[in-house]
Amino acid sequence: MTNTLHRFGDAESFRDDYVVFAMCSKGRNDQDSLPKLKRFLELAVPFKPVNLGDAIHGGALRPSKDMNPASHWNRDIAPDFQGVIAGLTGPTTVAAVFDNRVAAEDFIKAVKDADLGLSINISTSIDGAEQCCFAAAIPRHSVGYSLGFEGATEKLPGSKVMMLSTMCGHGMVSHSLAKKLIDWVREGRRTPEQAASYMTRFCSCGVFNPTRAARILEEVARGDSQ
Amino acid sequence: MKINPEKCVACGNCTYVCPMGAIYIDQTIHRATINRDECVECYACFNGLSQEHLNPVFVRTVRKIFQTMRLRFDPEPDVCPTAAFEPDELAWPRIVRRAFSDPRVPHESTGVHGRGTEEVKTNDVSGRVKVGEVGFTIEFGRPGVGARFRDIQKMSIALARAGVAFEKKNPVTSLMSDVASGTIREDILDEKVLSAIVEIKVPVERAEEIIRLVWDVEKQIGTVVALGVGVRCDQDGEENVVAPVLEKLGYKLERAKTNIGLGRITNPAAQPVPETVGVK
Repeated sequence: MTNTLHRFGDAESFRDDYVVFAMCSKGRNDQDSLPKLKRFLELAVPFKPVNLGDAIHGGALRPSKDMNPASHWNRDIAPDFQGVIAGLTGPTTVAAVFDNRVAAEDFIKAVKDADLGLSINISTSIDGAEQCCFAAAIPRHSVGYSLGFEGATEKLPGSKVMMLSTMCGHGMVSHSLAKKLIDWVREGRRTPEQAASYMTRFCSCGVFNPTRAARILEEVARGDSQ
Repeated sequence: MKINPEKCVACGNCTYVCPMGAIYIDQTIHRATINRDECVECYACFNGLSQEHLNPVFVRTVRKIFQTMRLRFDPEPDVCPTAAFEPDELAWPRIVRRAFSDPRVPHESTGVHGRGTEEVKTNDVSGRVKVGEVGFTIEFGRPGVGARFRDIQKMSIALARAGVAFEKKNPVTSLMSDVASGTIREDILDEKVLSAIVEIKVPVERAEEIIRLVWDVEKQIGTVVALGVGVRCDQDGEENVVAPVLEKLGYKLERAKTNIGLGRITNPAAQPVPETVGVK
Protein backbone atom coordinates (compact mmCIF):
# COMPACT_ATOMS: atom_id res chain seq x y z
CA MET A 1 0.00 0.00 0.00
CA THR A 2 1.70 3.19 -1.08
CA ASN A 3 -0.97 5.16 0.68
CA THR A 4 1.36 7.92 1.83
CA LEU A 5 4.64 7.50 -0.04
CA HIS A 6 3.99 9.55 -3.14
CA ARG A 7 2.48 12.69 -1.65
CA PHE A 8 3.18 15.54 -4.02
CA GLY A 9 5.28 18.47 -2.89
CA ASP A 10 8.76 19.48 -1.85
CA ALA A 11 10.21 18.76 1.58
CA GLU A 12 9.15 22.18 2.89
CA SER A 13 5.53 21.43 1.99
CA PHE A 14 5.56 18.52 4.44
CA ARG A 15 6.35 20.74 7.43
CA ASP A 16 2.83 20.16 8.72
CA ASP A 17 2.50 16.57 7.56
CA TYR A 18 3.72 13.66 9.68
CA VAL A 19 2.00 10.32 9.13
CA VAL A 20 2.97 7.63 11.63
CA PHE A 21 1.54 4.21 10.94
CA ALA A 22 1.71 0.74 12.42
CA MET A 23 1.23 -2.56 10.68
CA CYS A 24 1.92 -6.21 11.22
CA SER A 25 3.28 -8.71 8.75
CA LYS A 26 1.06 -11.63 7.82
CA GLY A 27 2.39 -14.83 9.37
CA ARG A 28 5.05 -13.08 11.41
CA ASN A 29 3.47 -10.82 13.99
CA ASP A 30 -0.21 -10.64 13.10
CA GLN A 31 -1.48 -13.02 15.78
CA ASP A 32 -3.10 -11.20 18.69
CA SER A 33 -2.20 -7.89 17.09
CA LEU A 34 -5.60 -6.20 17.50
CA PRO A 35 -5.02 -4.93 21.06
CA LYS A 36 -1.58 -3.65 20.05
CA LEU A 37 -3.00 -1.78 17.08
CA LYS A 38 -5.68 -0.27 19.30
CA ARG A 39 -3.02 0.69 21.83
CA PHE A 40 -1.09 2.46 19.07
CA LEU A 41 -4.15 4.56 18.27
CA GLU A 42 -4.88 5.26 21.93
CA LEU A 43 -1.31 6.43 22.45
CA ALA A 44 -1.70 8.94 19.63
CA VAL A 45 -4.75 10.78 20.97
CA PRO A 46 -3.02 12.83 23.73
CA PHE A 47 -0.64 14.27 21.12
CA LYS A 48 -3.53 15.85 19.22
CA PRO A 49 -3.45 14.15 15.83
CA VAL A 50 -5.33 15.79 12.97
CA ASN A 51 -6.52 12.42 11.72
CA LEU A 52 -6.57 8.84 12.89
CA GLY A 53 -7.66 5.81 10.94
CA ASP A 54 -7.49 2.22 9.91
CA ALA A 55 -7.34 0.78 6.41
CA ILE A 56 -10.60 -1.14 6.73
CA HIS A 57 -13.01 1.38 8.19
CA GLY A 58 -11.53 4.77 7.38
CA GLY A 59 -10.52 7.88 9.24
CA ALA A 60 -11.78 10.08 12.03
CA LEU A 61 -14.19 11.88 9.71
CA ARG A 62 -16.39 9.52 7.75
CA PRO A 63 -19.27 9.70 5.31
CA SER A 64 -22.73 8.88 6.59
CA LYS A 65 -24.91 6.18 5.08
CA ASP A 66 -28.00 7.86 6.48
CA MET A 67 -27.41 11.58 6.47
CA ASN A 68 -29.98 13.90 7.94
CA PRO A 69 -30.88 16.59 5.36
CA ALA A 70 -30.63 19.21 8.11
CA SER A 71 -26.89 18.42 8.23
CA HIS A 72 -26.42 20.65 5.18
CA TRP A 73 -26.66 23.63 7.51
CA ASN A 74 -24.56 22.39 10.43
CA ARG A 75 -22.21 19.70 9.19
CA ASP A 76 -20.01 18.32 11.94
CA ILE A 77 -16.35 18.40 10.92
CA ALA A 78 -14.90 17.38 14.30
CA PRO A 79 -12.84 14.16 14.13
CA ASP A 80 -14.14 11.17 16.08
CA PHE A 81 -10.97 9.53 17.41
CA GLN A 82 -12.71 7.25 19.90
CA GLY A 83 -14.95 5.98 17.12
CA VAL A 84 -11.88 4.93 15.12
CA ILE A 85 -10.37 3.10 18.09
CA ALA A 86 -13.61 1.37 19.05
CA GLY A 87 -14.34 0.40 15.44
CA LEU A 88 -11.05 -1.40 14.79
CA THR A 89 -11.98 -5.05 14.25
CA GLY A 90 -8.92 -6.85 12.96
CA PRO A 91 -5.29 -6.70 11.83
CA THR A 92 -4.72 -3.91 9.32
CA THR A 93 -2.68 -0.75 8.92
CA VAL A 94 -3.50 1.96 11.45
CA ALA A 95 -2.29 5.53 11.18
CA ALA A 96 -2.02 8.77 13.13
CA VAL A 97 -1.48 12.05 11.31
CA PHE A 98 0.14 15.05 13.00
CA ASP A 99 0.53 18.61 11.79
CA ASN A 100 3.76 19.38 13.64
CA ARG A 101 7.08 17.68 14.26
CA VAL A 102 7.10 18.03 18.03
CA ALA A 103 3.85 16.07 18.36
CA ALA A 104 5.16 13.38 16.02
CA GLU A 105 8.42 13.14 17.97
CA ASP A 106 6.63 12.84 21.29
CA PHE A 107 4.30 10.20 19.88
CA ILE A 108 7.24 8.18 18.52
CA LYS A 109 8.84 8.25 21.96
CA ALA A 110 5.60 6.97 23.50
CA VAL A 111 5.31 4.19 20.92
CA LYS A 112 8.92 3.17 21.54
CA ASP A 113 8.26 2.98 25.28
CA ALA A 114 5.10 0.92 24.70
CA ASP A 115 7.17 -1.75 22.90
CA LEU A 116 4.25 -3.04 20.82
CA GLY A 117 6.34 -5.21 18.50
CA LEU A 118 4.57 -3.80 15.43
CA SER A 119 6.36 -2.29 12.45
CA ILE A 120 6.22 1.49 12.83
CA ASN A 121 6.83 3.83 9.91
CA ILE A 122 7.02 7.61 9.58
CA SER A 123 5.94 9.09 6.28
CA THR A 124 7.06 12.67 5.78
CA SER A 125 10.08 14.52 4.44
CA ILE A 126 13.30 12.56 4.77
CA ASP A 127 14.73 15.19 7.13
CA GLY A 128 11.55 15.30 9.18
CA ALA A 129 11.64 11.56 9.78
CA GLU A 130 15.34 11.65 10.63
CA GLN A 131 14.67 14.33 13.23
CA CYS A 132 11.88 12.25 14.77
CA CYS A 133 14.21 9.24 14.98
CA PHE A 134 16.96 11.37 16.48
CA ALA A 135 14.62 12.78 19.12
CA ALA A 136 13.53 9.28 20.10
CA ALA A 137 17.08 7.90 19.90
CA ILE A 138 16.05 5.30 17.32
CA PRO A 139 18.29 4.50 14.35
CA ARG A 140 16.34 4.17 11.11
CA HIS A 141 15.88 0.55 10.03
CA SER A 142 14.83 0.98 6.40
CA VAL A 143 13.86 3.78 4.08
CA GLY A 144 11.46 3.76 1.14
CA TYR A 145 12.25 6.77 -1.04
CA SER A 146 9.64 8.32 -3.28
CA LEU A 147 11.09 9.24 -6.66
CA GLY A 148 7.91 11.03 -7.68
CA PHE A 149 5.89 10.74 -10.87
CA GLU A 150 7.21 9.83 -14.28
CA GLY A 151 5.87 8.60 -17.59
CA ALA A 152 2.73 10.23 -18.97
CA THR A 153 2.84 13.15 -16.53
CA GLU A 154 1.09 15.34 -19.08
CA LYS A 155 -2.07 13.58 -17.92
CA LEU A 156 -1.67 14.96 -14.39
CA PRO A 157 -3.22 18.22 -13.16
CA GLY A 158 -1.49 21.27 -11.60
CA SER A 159 0.63 21.15 -8.48
CA LYS A 160 -1.97 22.34 -5.95
CA VAL A 161 -4.50 19.77 -7.15
CA MET A 162 -1.79 17.11 -6.96
CA MET A 163 -0.81 18.18 -3.45
CA LEU A 164 -4.40 17.76 -2.33
CA SER A 165 -5.38 14.60 -4.17
CA THR A 166 -2.19 12.65 -3.41
CA MET A 167 -2.90 12.93 0.31
CA CYS A 168 -5.03 9.88 -0.33
CA GLY A 169 -2.43 7.68 -1.99
CA HIS A 170 -5.08 5.21 -3.06
CA GLY A 171 -6.62 7.84 -5.29
CA MET A 172 -9.96 8.19 -3.52
CA VAL A 173 -9.71 11.99 -3.60
CA SER A 174 -10.32 12.77 -7.25
CA HIS A 175 -8.63 15.55 -9.16
CA SER A 176 -12.07 16.91 -10.08
CA LEU A 177 -13.16 17.18 -6.46
CA ALA A 178 -9.91 18.89 -5.48
CA LYS A 179 -10.30 21.37 -8.36
CA LYS A 180 -13.92 22.02 -7.47
CA LEU A 181 -13.12 22.71 -3.83
CA ILE A 182 -10.25 25.02 -4.76
CA ASP A 183 -12.79 26.99 -6.80
CA TRP A 184 -15.32 26.96 -3.95
CA VAL A 185 -12.77 28.36 -1.51
CA ARG A 186 -11.77 31.01 -4.05
CA GLU A 187 -15.41 31.98 -4.51
CA GLY A 188 -15.91 32.12 -0.76
CA ARG A 189 -18.55 29.39 -0.87
CA ARG A 190 -16.70 27.30 1.72
CA THR A 191 -13.93 27.90 4.23
CA PRO A 192 -10.64 26.05 3.68
CA GLU A 193 -11.45 23.87 6.71
CA GLN A 194 -14.87 22.93 5.35
CA ALA A 195 -13.41 22.16 1.93
CA ALA A 196 -10.68 20.04 3.52
CA SER A 197 -13.28 18.08 5.48
CA TYR A 198 -15.05 16.96 2.29
CA MET A 199 -11.84 15.49 0.93
CA THR A 200 -10.97 13.93 4.28
CA ARG A 201 -14.14 11.83 4.20
CA PHE A 202 -13.13 10.18 0.93
CA CYS A 203 -9.80 8.89 2.26
CA SER A 204 -10.52 5.33 3.29
CA CYS A 205 -7.41 4.85 5.47
CA GLY A 206 -7.58 8.00 7.58
CA VAL A 207 -4.22 9.33 6.38
CA PHE A 208 -5.54 12.47 4.67
CA ASN A 209 -4.17 15.54 6.45
CA PRO A 210 -6.95 18.15 6.75
CA THR A 211 -4.61 20.77 8.25
CA ARG A 212 -2.20 20.61 5.31
CA ALA A 213 -5.16 20.59 2.92
CA ALA A 214 -6.67 23.71 4.52
CA ARG A 215 -3.28 25.44 4.36
CA ILE A 216 -2.92 24.60 0.67
CA LEU A 217 -6.46 25.81 -0.02
CA GLU A 218 -5.70 29.05 1.80
CA GLU A 219 -2.58 29.53 -0.31
CA VAL A 220 -4.62 29.06 -3.46
CA ALA A 221 -7.27 31.47 -2.23
CA ARG A 222 -4.56 34.06 -1.70
CA GLY A 223 -3.64 33.68 -5.37
CA ASP A 224 -0.72 31.29 -5.39
CA SER A 225 -0.43 29.61 -8.78
CA GLN A 226 -1.83 26.11 -9.35
CA MET B 1 -21.05 -0.18 -9.79
CA LYS B 2 -24.35 0.96 -11.14
CA ILE B 3 -26.63 3.95 -10.63
CA ASN B 4 -30.32 3.26 -10.13
CA PRO B 5 -32.08 5.48 -12.69
CA GLU B 6 -35.26 5.40 -10.63
CA LYS B 7 -33.41 7.12 -7.80
CA CYS B 8 -30.86 9.35 -9.57
CA VAL B 9 -31.83 13.03 -9.71
CA ALA B 10 -28.87 14.13 -11.87
CA CYS B 11 -27.51 16.49 -9.21
CA GLY B 12 -24.02 15.91 -10.59
CA ASN B 13 -22.20 15.56 -7.26
CA CYS B 14 -20.91 12.12 -8.21
CA THR B 15 -19.37 13.37 -11.46
CA TYR B 16 -16.75 15.23 -9.42
CA VAL B 17 -15.92 12.54 -6.92
CA CYS B 18 -15.22 9.74 -9.40
CA PRO B 19 -11.41 9.37 -9.44
CA MET B 20 -11.53 8.20 -13.04
CA GLY B 21 -13.98 10.82 -14.32
CA ALA B 22 -16.13 7.92 -15.49
CA ILE B 23 -19.48 9.36 -14.35
CA TYR B 24 -21.38 11.88 -16.46
CA ILE B 25 -24.91 13.19 -16.81
CA ASP B 26 -26.46 11.60 -19.87
CA GLN B 27 -28.43 14.48 -21.37
CA THR B 28 -30.79 12.13 -23.22
CA ILE B 29 -32.08 10.43 -20.08
CA HIS B 30 -31.19 13.13 -17.52
CA ARG B 31 -29.49 10.67 -15.22
CA ALA B 32 -25.94 10.13 -14.04
CA THR B 33 -24.37 7.35 -16.05
CA ILE B 34 -21.19 5.31 -15.65
CA ASN B 35 -18.76 4.68 -18.49
CA ARG B 36 -18.15 1.03 -17.65
CA ASP B 37 -14.94 0.75 -19.62
CA GLU B 38 -13.37 3.62 -17.65
CA CYS B 39 -14.89 2.66 -14.27
CA VAL B 40 -12.30 0.81 -12.19
CA GLU B 41 -14.77 -0.32 -9.49
CA CYS B 42 -12.95 1.67 -6.81
CA TYR B 43 -16.22 2.31 -4.95
CA ALA B 44 -15.21 5.92 -4.15
CA CYS B 45 -18.73 6.95 -5.16
CA PHE B 46 -20.48 4.33 -3.03
CA ASN B 47 -18.14 4.48 -0.03
CA GLY B 48 -17.16 8.16 -0.11
CA LEU B 49 -20.43 9.97 -0.76
CA SER B 50 -22.68 10.44 2.23
CA GLN B 51 -26.15 9.21 1.47
CA GLU B 52 -29.50 10.82 2.06
CA HIS B 53 -32.66 8.92 1.35
CA LEU B 54 -34.85 11.67 -0.07
CA ASN B 55 -37.80 11.06 -2.36
CA PRO B 56 -36.44 11.31 -5.94
CA VAL B 57 -39.64 12.81 -7.35
CA PHE B 58 -39.59 15.52 -4.71
CA VAL B 59 -35.91 16.32 -5.33
CA ARG B 60 -36.36 16.46 -9.11
CA THR B 61 -39.34 18.80 -8.72
CA VAL B 62 -37.44 21.14 -6.41
CA ARG B 63 -34.45 21.12 -8.73
CA LYS B 64 -36.66 21.92 -11.73
CA ILE B 65 -38.28 24.86 -9.96
CA PHE B 66 -34.90 26.26 -8.92
CA GLN B 67 -33.49 25.72 -12.41
CA THR B 68 -36.42 27.58 -13.96
CA MET B 69 -35.80 30.49 -11.63
CA ARG B 70 -32.07 30.39 -12.41
CA LEU B 71 -31.31 29.89 -8.74
CA ARG B 72 -28.09 28.10 -7.89
CA PHE B 73 -28.09 25.27 -5.40
CA ASP B 74 -25.44 25.25 -2.71
CA PRO B 75 -25.81 21.81 -1.16
CA GLU B 76 -22.99 19.76 0.34
CA PRO B 77 -20.82 18.47 -2.51
CA ASP B 78 -20.15 15.03 -1.06
CA VAL B 79 -23.71 13.77 -0.81
CA CYS B 80 -25.88 11.52 -2.97
CA PRO B 81 -29.36 12.82 -2.03
CA THR B 82 -31.19 9.64 -2.98
CA ALA B 83 -28.63 6.88 -2.30
CA ALA B 84 -28.70 5.95 -5.98
CA PHE B 85 -25.45 3.95 -6.11
CA GLU B 86 -25.80 0.18 -6.01
CA PRO B 87 -22.84 -2.22 -6.10
CA ASP B 88 -22.79 -4.68 -8.98
CA GLU B 89 -22.21 -8.39 -8.67
CA LEU B 90 -18.71 -8.50 -10.14
CA ALA B 91 -17.52 -11.55 -12.04
CA TRP B 92 -14.09 -12.53 -13.31
CA PRO B 93 -12.18 -10.76 -14.84
CA ARG B 94 -13.92 -7.50 -13.92
CA ILE B 95 -13.54 -8.25 -10.23
CA VAL B 96 -9.81 -7.68 -10.66
CA ARG B 97 -10.61 -3.99 -11.12
CA ARG B 98 -12.03 -3.74 -7.64
CA ALA B 99 -9.24 -5.77 -6.06
CA PHE B 100 -6.68 -3.26 -7.35
CA SER B 101 -8.76 -0.08 -7.00
CA ASP B 102 -10.85 -0.28 -3.83
CA PRO B 103 -8.36 0.07 -0.95
CA ARG B 104 -10.81 -1.48 1.51
CA VAL B 105 -10.62 -4.83 -0.22
CA PRO B 106 -7.66 -6.93 0.96
CA HIS B 107 -5.71 -8.73 -1.74
CA GLU B 108 -6.21 -12.47 -1.42
CA SER B 109 -2.61 -13.09 -2.41
CA THR B 110 -1.14 -11.05 0.44
CA GLY B 111 -3.96 -10.33 2.87
CA VAL B 112 -2.95 -6.67 2.81
CA HIS B 113 -5.44 -3.86 2.20
CA GLY B 114 -4.75 -0.97 -0.16
CA ARG B 115 -2.49 -2.00 -3.04
CA GLY B 116 -1.60 -5.21 -1.23
CA THR B 117 2.10 -4.68 -0.64
CA GLU B 118 4.30 -4.61 2.46
CA GLU B 119 7.44 -3.22 0.74
CA VAL B 120 9.97 -2.15 3.39
CA LYS B 121 7.17 -1.13 5.75
CA THR B 122 7.61 -4.44 7.55
CA ASN B 123 11.26 -4.94 6.67
CA ASP B 124 12.17 -5.05 10.36
CA VAL B 125 10.28 -8.35 10.70
CA SER B 126 10.36 -9.69 7.13
CA GLY B 127 14.03 -8.98 6.39
CA ARG B 128 12.95 -8.70 2.78
CA VAL B 129 15.46 -6.05 1.72
CA LYS B 130 18.89 -6.58 3.19
CA VAL B 131 21.99 -4.41 3.23
CA GLY B 132 23.36 -4.37 -0.29
CA GLU B 133 19.95 -4.83 -1.87
CA VAL B 134 17.37 -2.46 -3.33
CA GLY B 135 13.64 -3.13 -3.38
CA PHE B 136 11.75 -1.30 -6.11
CA THR B 137 8.04 -0.58 -6.13
CA ILE B 138 6.95 0.41 -9.60
CA GLU B 139 3.43 1.78 -9.39
CA PHE B 140 1.33 2.26 -12.51
CA GLY B 141 -1.68 4.57 -12.70
CA ARG B 142 -3.15 7.50 -10.82
CA PRO B 143 -6.62 8.98 -10.41
CA GLY B 144 -7.85 10.21 -13.76
CA VAL B 145 -5.31 8.08 -15.56
CA GLY B 146 -5.49 4.48 -14.35
CA ALA B 147 -3.56 1.62 -15.88
CA ARG B 148 -4.34 -1.48 -17.90
CA PHE B 149 -2.54 -4.74 -17.26
CA ARG B 150 -1.42 -4.78 -20.89
CA ASP B 151 0.78 -1.75 -20.10
CA ILE B 152 1.95 -3.20 -16.80
CA GLN B 153 2.94 -6.37 -18.64
CA LYS B 154 5.29 -4.39 -20.91
CA MET B 155 7.25 -3.47 -17.81
CA SER B 156 7.11 -6.90 -16.18
CA ILE B 157 8.35 -8.61 -19.34
CA ALA B 158 11.20 -6.12 -19.70
CA LEU B 159 12.16 -6.65 -16.06
CA ALA B 160 12.03 -10.43 -16.44
CA ARG B 161 14.28 -10.20 -19.48
CA ALA B 162 16.72 -8.25 -17.32
CA GLY B 163 16.73 -11.22 -14.96
CA VAL B 164 15.23 -9.58 -11.87
CA ALA B 165 13.34 -11.38 -9.11
CA PHE B 166 9.69 -10.47 -8.60
CA GLU B 167 8.38 -10.21 -5.06
CA LYS B 168 6.36 -13.33 -4.34
CA LYS B 169 3.95 -11.69 -1.89
CA ASN B 170 2.64 -9.18 -4.41
CA PRO B 171 -0.78 -9.02 -6.10
CA VAL B 172 0.59 -8.44 -9.61
CA THR B 173 3.04 -11.33 -9.29
CA SER B 174 0.15 -13.56 -8.22
CA LEU B 175 -1.59 -12.76 -11.53
CA MET B 176 1.37 -13.72 -13.69
CA SER B 177 0.82 -16.83 -15.77
CA ASP B 178 4.60 -17.20 -16.11
CA VAL B 179 6.72 -15.43 -13.51
CA ALA B 180 9.96 -16.28 -15.29
CA SER B 181 8.91 -14.29 -18.37
CA GLY B 182 6.84 -11.66 -16.54
CA THR B 183 3.74 -12.66 -18.52
CA ILE B 184 0.40 -11.67 -16.98
CA ARG B 185 -2.77 -13.74 -17.45
CA GLU B 186 -4.24 -13.11 -20.90
CA ASP B 187 -7.81 -12.73 -19.64
CA ILE B 188 -7.08 -9.64 -17.53
CA LEU B 189 -4.78 -7.71 -19.87
CA ASP B 190 -7.51 -5.26 -20.92
CA GLU B 191 -8.81 -4.70 -17.43
CA LYS B 192 -8.25 -1.18 -16.09
CA VAL B 193 -7.33 -0.43 -12.49
CA LEU B 194 -6.69 2.74 -10.52
CA SER B 195 -3.17 1.61 -9.83
CA ALA B 196 -1.07 -1.51 -9.39
CA ILE B 197 2.42 -2.12 -8.08
CA VAL B 198 5.16 -4.37 -9.45
CA GLU B 199 7.76 -5.20 -6.83
CA ILE B 200 11.29 -6.40 -7.50
CA LYS B 201 14.56 -6.68 -5.66
CA VAL B 202 18.07 -6.36 -7.07
CA PRO B 203 21.62 -5.93 -5.76
CA VAL B 204 22.59 -2.28 -5.21
CA GLU B 205 24.98 -2.45 -8.16
CA ARG B 206 22.01 -2.95 -10.49
CA ALA B 207 19.92 -0.01 -9.20
CA GLU B 208 20.96 2.42 -11.93
CA GLU B 209 20.45 -0.18 -14.67
CA ILE B 210 16.92 -0.92 -13.44
CA ILE B 211 15.97 2.75 -13.26
CA ARG B 212 17.21 3.30 -16.80
CA LEU B 213 15.20 0.28 -17.93
CA VAL B 214 12.09 1.75 -16.27
CA TRP B 215 12.73 5.06 -18.03
CA ASP B 216 12.86 3.28 -21.38
CA VAL B 217 9.68 1.26 -20.88
CA GLU B 218 7.61 4.08 -19.39
CA LYS B 219 7.98 5.95 -22.69
CA GLN B 220 6.05 3.12 -24.35
CA ILE B 221 3.06 3.11 -22.02
CA GLY B 222 0.29 5.64 -21.65
CA THR B 223 0.15 5.98 -17.92
CA VAL B 224 1.91 7.58 -14.99
CA VAL B 225 4.62 5.66 -13.14
CA ALA B 226 5.64 6.30 -9.53
CA LEU B 227 8.88 4.74 -8.40
CA GLY B 228 9.62 3.80 -4.82
CA VAL B 229 13.05 2.62 -3.73
CA GLY B 230 13.37 0.64 -0.51
CA VAL B 231 16.72 0.18 1.20
CA ARG B 232 18.08 -1.12 4.50
CA CYS B 233 19.96 1.39 6.63
CA ASP B 234 23.20 0.58 8.42
CA GLN B 235 23.52 0.03 12.18
CA ASP B 236 23.65 3.77 12.80
CA GLY B 237 20.50 4.34 10.80
CA GLU B 238 22.41 5.89 7.92
CA GLU B 239 21.82 5.24 4.25
CA ASN B 240 24.66 6.53 2.10
CA VAL B 241 24.71 3.87 -0.59
CA VAL B 242 21.57 4.18 -2.70
CA ALA B 243 20.72 7.86 -2.17
CA PRO B 244 23.87 9.01 -4.03
CA VAL B 245 22.97 6.76 -6.97
CA LEU B 246 19.49 8.26 -7.14
CA GLU B 247 20.83 11.81 -6.87
CA LYS B 248 23.35 11.11 -9.62
CA LEU B 249 20.44 10.09 -11.82
CA GLY B 250 18.80 13.47 -11.20
CA TYR B 251 16.31 12.65 -8.48
CA LYS B 252 15.81 15.17 -5.71
CA LEU B 253 14.97 13.10 -2.66
CA GLU B 254 12.24 14.88 -0.71
CA ARG B 255 9.95 12.30 0.84
CA ALA B 256 10.21 8.78 2.20
CA LYS B 257 8.59 6.21 4.39
CA THR B 258 10.95 5.47 7.23
CA ASN B 259 10.70 2.16 9.04
CA ILE B 260 12.02 2.82 12.54
CA GLY B 261 12.68 -0.81 13.37
CA LEU B 262 10.42 -1.41 16.36
CA GLY B 263 8.76 -4.53 14.90
CA ARG B 264 9.62 -8.07 15.85
CA ILE B 265 8.37 -11.57 15.07
CA THR B 266 5.83 -12.61 17.68
CA ASN B 267 3.82 -15.40 16.03
CA PRO B 268 4.88 -18.63 17.78
CA ALA B 269 5.20 -20.62 14.55
CA ALA B 270 6.70 -17.89 12.37
CA GLN B 271 9.78 -18.88 10.41
CA PRO B 272 11.88 -16.88 7.94
CA VAL B 273 10.60 -17.61 4.44
CA PRO B 274 12.06 -17.09 0.94
CA GLU B 275 10.81 -13.70 -0.26
CA THR B 276 11.50 -13.71 -3.95
CA VAL B 277 10.76 -15.92 -6.92
CA GLY B 278 11.78 -15.95 -10.57
CA VAL B 279 15.17 -15.72 -12.18
CA LYS B 280 18.17 -14.06 -10.57
